Amino acid sequence: MIVNSLWYIPQLAVADVTSLGHFNPLAIAFFFLFVASSLGITYWAAKLTKSTSHFYTAGGNISGFQNGLALAGDFMSAASFLGIAGLVALNGFDGLIYSIGFLVGWPIVMFLIAEPLRNLGKYTFADVVAYRLQQKPVRIAAAIGTLAVISFYLIAQMVGAGELIKLLFGFDYELAVVIVGGVMMAYVIFGGMIATTWVQIIKAVLLLGGTILLSILVLAKFGFNPLNLFAAAADKYSGVLAPGKQVSDPWDAISLGMSLMFGTAGLPHILMRFYTVPDAKAARISVTYATALIGFFYLLTFILGFGAMVLVGQDAIKQIGTGGNMAAPMLAEFLGGDAFLGFIAAVSFATILAVVAGLTLSGAAALSHDLWVNVVRGGHANESEQLKVARGATMLLGALAIILGILFKGQNVAYMVGLAFAIAASANFPALLLSMLWRRFTTYGAVASMLVGTFSALILIYFSPTIQVAILNHPNALFPLKNPGLVTIPLAFIVGIVVSLLSSETQAEEKFAEVENRIHIGSEN
Amino acid sequence: MDDRKKALQSIAAARWRVSLLLSGAMMVIYFGFILLIAFNKPLLGSLILPGLSLGILLGALVIVSAWVLIFLYVRWANNKYDNRINNLTRE
Repeated sequence: MIVNSLWYIPQLAVADVTSLGHFNPLAIAFFFLFVASSLGITYWAAKLTKSTSHFYTAGGNISGFQNGLALAGDFMSAASFLGIAGLVALNGFDGLIYSIGFLVGWPIVMFLIAEPLRNLGKYTFADVVAYRLQQKPVRIAAAIGTLAVISFYLIAQMVGAGELIKLLFGFDYELAVVIVGGVMMAYVIFGGMIATTWVQIIKAVLLLGGTILLSILVLAKFGFNPLNLFAAAADKYSGVLAPGKQVSDPWDAISLGMSLMFGTAGLPHILMRFYTVPDAKAARISVTYATALIGFFYLLTFILGFGAMVLVGQDAIKQIGTGGNMAAPMLAEFLGGDAFLGFIAAVSFATILAVVAGLTLSGAAALSHDLWVNVVRGGHANESEQLKVARGATMLLGALAIILGILFKGQNVAYMVGLAFAIAASANFPALLLSMLWRRFTTYGAVASMLVGTFSALILIYFSPTIQVAILNHPNALFPLKNPGLVTIPLAFIVGIVVSLLSSETQAEEKFAEVENRIHIGSEN
Repeated sequence: MDDRKKALQSIAAARWRVSLLLSGAMMVIYFGFILLIAFNKPLLGSLILPGLSLGILLGALVIVSAWVLIFLYVRWANNKYDNRINNLTRE
């Protein structure tokens, strides 16, 4: 009872948001410290990056534990930290659907994808799908799907980055987006996967550390009992502990759930990380660590989100940005002042940079390894040419990221990532799974599944209330669901299966035995 | 040679059986949770303790269940699967 009476005091305090968006020297110092040290890593990595295998997969020399941390770093994006904290702060329980959905994809990755992928492929997931099928059409279709996923995922990261830097330095959103794009390109172009991996490991440690510290500071105000916090939230805003208006349509909830669960297993930058470890066993260890860390992190987002709701207040959060993306930094400012805001902002920035770098690297691999080397050059291109094309592709994608970030200003970042997951779950996951599991899968089936998955997801997103009502201000939308996964994931599976059954490919069936052998035994035998 | 092929096929079948079973378990747990959100919001909003709604408790348990399933898989893979593969490649 004594404990219970303690947490009433801070509720009366109102967050002071006046210092946000103004010059904050401590924040800027942390920010530069991070950028400088990570550029140092890039300089070191650049000297090690001599071949395409170093550039794309760090030479396959990352250990299982390191890769687990890097996977966690790759996955705990701006959407997880800024977006989910914001969604929970503004909508309560509804935001938690995202936290939980993002995590439950990991067991699927572990059980179905990680080890076979490691044993079958080299640089991209298209290596696996194309293994026993015809290279060119499969790789073109896979690259289209990959680039669609990456574009949507990049939007979310860039929007988060822009708002964050604007909040920290007080200068223009657009300029902020350009800076993020520039620094990220430097990492990828010069340091490749080695630099990207280490930036991700450092960032994962900082992010987990920062989140734990922030959670402890929140819980300290509530007698170290999360239930006191949740109760205070329910007192201040009614109905926040139950599902609410964000998921008003039951089918929308199911659709979002499907996209989140199967999307993880189709994200190109996550799949690519499995090639950085030496063998399937190391891939297994990586997913175990990644799931443990990410799950723990998402449990803490419960505390961050409700903490921001109670301590900062929904009105103050909305005042800074309608998407709610700045809830966590504002909470840090409220609890620990300028220094802590600076630290959390630098960590968020590190988060965004690392994820954008990972995404760009996987996009560059699709453009250069899949499209240039295997389609244009028919598998024959020397090392220096491949590296040149990969670096060129990186610059192209960096420019694309900057443009998209500016176009989609003001969106909630967790929500945008939900759409990226829908495309990944429809475009990549069905073809990847069928190619490893099903003897009768054919080139036509794979291409049809990937293209139908990608374009049906894109078209339905365009006709969904997200674009039609929220952005174009039309009174209603042609397609009723906000997330297309419910329709597009089964559609991609059905199309892949039906088209495969209609066509037949003797060579693909004969080579299935080889696929089976490699899935289990790996490349050395 | 034929024996080896058969052994590999039986390992492959066992692996996909375990993988699909565990994936199915994760799907049942998660979609069970989602279906409750979709069709029975008041139930999830009901309070078990002050401050703890059924929805929040179940949500946390979904995360814990993902850990448990991964633990089961890793134990199976480390003990059974790896051994069978090792036996096969040693021959």
